Amino acid sequence: MSQARKERWIAFLTLLPSIILLAIFVYGFIGWTLRVSLSAWDGITPDYTWVGLTNFNHLFTKAGGVSAVRFRIDLWNTLFFTIFFLLGCVMVGLILAILLDQKIRGEGVFRTIYLFPMALSFVVTGVVWQWIFAPGTPSRPRGINALLGLFGLEQLQWRWYTSTESIGPFHVALIPVIIAAAWQMTGYTMAMYLAGLRGIPEELREAARVDGASESYIYRRIILPMLRPITLSALIVLGHISLKIFDLIYTMTGKGPGFVTDVPGIFMFETTFQGNHYAQGAAISIIMLVMVAAVVIPYLVSSLRGEVER
Amino acid sequence: MKNRIRFDPMRLGIYTLLTLFALLFLVPVYVLLISSFKPFAEVQDLSRMWLPPKQPTLESFYVAWYGIPEKGLRGLSLNILNSLKLTIPATIISSMLGSMNGYILSKWKFRGADILFALMLFGMFIPYQSILIPLTRVIAAIGLGGTLWGLILVHVVYGIPITTLIFRNYYAEVPTEMIEAARIDGAGIFKVYWKVLFPLSLPGFVVVIIWQFTNIWNEFLFAVTILQRPELQPITVALRNLAGSQIKEWNVVMAGTLIAALPTLLIYIIMGRFFIRGLLAGSVKG
Repeated sequence: MSQARKERWIAFLTLLPSIILLAIFVYGFIGWTLRVSLSAWDGITPDYTWVGLTNFNHLFTKAGGVSAVRFRIDLWNTLFFTIFFLLGCVMVGLILAILLDQKIRGEGVFRTIYLFPMALSFVVTGVVWQWIFAPGTPSRPRGINALLGLFGLEQLQWRWYTSTESIGPFHVALIPVIIAAAWQMTGYTMAMYLAGLRGIPEELREAARVDGASESYIYRRIILPMLRPITLSALIVLGHISLKIFDLIYTMTGKGPGFVTDVPGIFMFETTFQGNHYAQGAAISIIMLVMVAAVVIPYLVSSLRGEVER
Repeated sequence: MKNRIRFDPMRLGIYTLLTLFALLFLVPVYVLLISSFKPFAEVQDLSRMWLPPKQPTLESFYVAWYGIPEKGLRGLSLNILNSLKLTIPATIISSMLGSMNGYILSKWKFRGADILFALMLFGMFIPYQSILIPLTRVIAAIGLGGTLWGLILVHVVYGIPITTLIFRNYYAEVPTEMIEAARIDGAGIFKVYWKVLFPLSLPGFVVVIIWQFTNIWNEFLFAVTILQRPELQPITVALRNLAGSQIKEWNVVMAGTLIAALPTLLIYIIMGRFFIRGLLAGSVKG
């Protein structure tokens, strides 16, 4: 064997342990979960009797009873949570990045403050925001409601994450959860946009200024279009986080009254590990995987393909 | 500078906005601080819940740390220790694996290496719910169920994609000429790593170690499914149990939250620059 060939083999063998581990723990386990989702496993002891798509059927049709009702709510909640969470993070993150890009004194301090929630656990975030948005009772208001009371704004008090009201399929109880999640992740989009802004050569802006372009024109026509790939990256990363969100909501509100703050991640966890409905839990997790894969795979493919072309 | 004092409403507006946002971002910190320094009697007084403590006390930190054994309340000191025992080995092992993998995938590309890398990367995006059922079974079957080592193994395995990614992008910046020079001197694959790449790796390791430490310390789902025994639980699980208990002594809960948050927060404040690099690396393109 030639030296070069031998070394290519050594290279491959060095990677092999990681390859084997991921082959088993990612792909093998996904296959296994898929098999469980097609089984009758409903109890502590495994039961791999083939039942076809019954478990999926029970999540989507009347035959599933409460499970189908709950899962339907979960999907709506995920949709609204994702939309507003992404909007909040991208818009506030972009605004903060643009503001910070104006040669700000004390930029480091501001940046540190906007980004510090990223260093915290979702559990920590959940506990603190649970305190803030706990409504209390009308006679003994807590949290935000107590604060509103101090300013004589009692008419703005409401039940926050315990509210069972909804606007169409949108449960308003999600609003506090979205705020908490956006509080944690906005710094991330800010950091991405700021890195992007710093990557735009100053000469480009100078040239535009020389041509008589106004600052707002430079932003609208030159800088924002150049930030578009960053927006896409941010949407993918935040989007896949929001599709699989669990710990934040589980800590802050749980499933809520009438599932107002329930999401597939919580449903899966409770039905599998507290209810022992393994097959149903597996089915939910497969649906979560499909949703995440639909967002992430095209991105991974284009991202790595672009790298090869570079 | 022509005028020493120049009033510019535009800049005043920018600073006002930035400060306003900063204050909003700090509201949870304010809440944590004022509540955790209050005694139980004062935290009960809802009319004062947004006001600072009348007489700040460390009482709730004491209770959160040591617990009240006679009331069956566990202290978090044990859970902090568990988190350290879990996070440190898992961080070190996954960083070393990532460094070797990143080296191979950036400097020794064999045929199919890029596809393999993409397949590895997918592992960091999956919802872990979709592997959780087999995972708990396998961990139990190999005798690691309900042990810290089981959880360490889990974090090492699912840490491979991100650590490999960061190191691969990091090593891609090292000029190939340096490697060729070492090869001409007769160095093999591991000697090149050891003599050329590893000495340049410190910043890469700092980024990866900070990233892994923060993520593993903060993780909840794996911990809550794999470690049921209260005396083995890491801090995130214990904190959630403390906050979820019926009789909620909010001052103790908030003190516990502060204790749980402090290690990663300190790392972030001291080494923020490296933290941000890890953060940006997670969006695949380095």
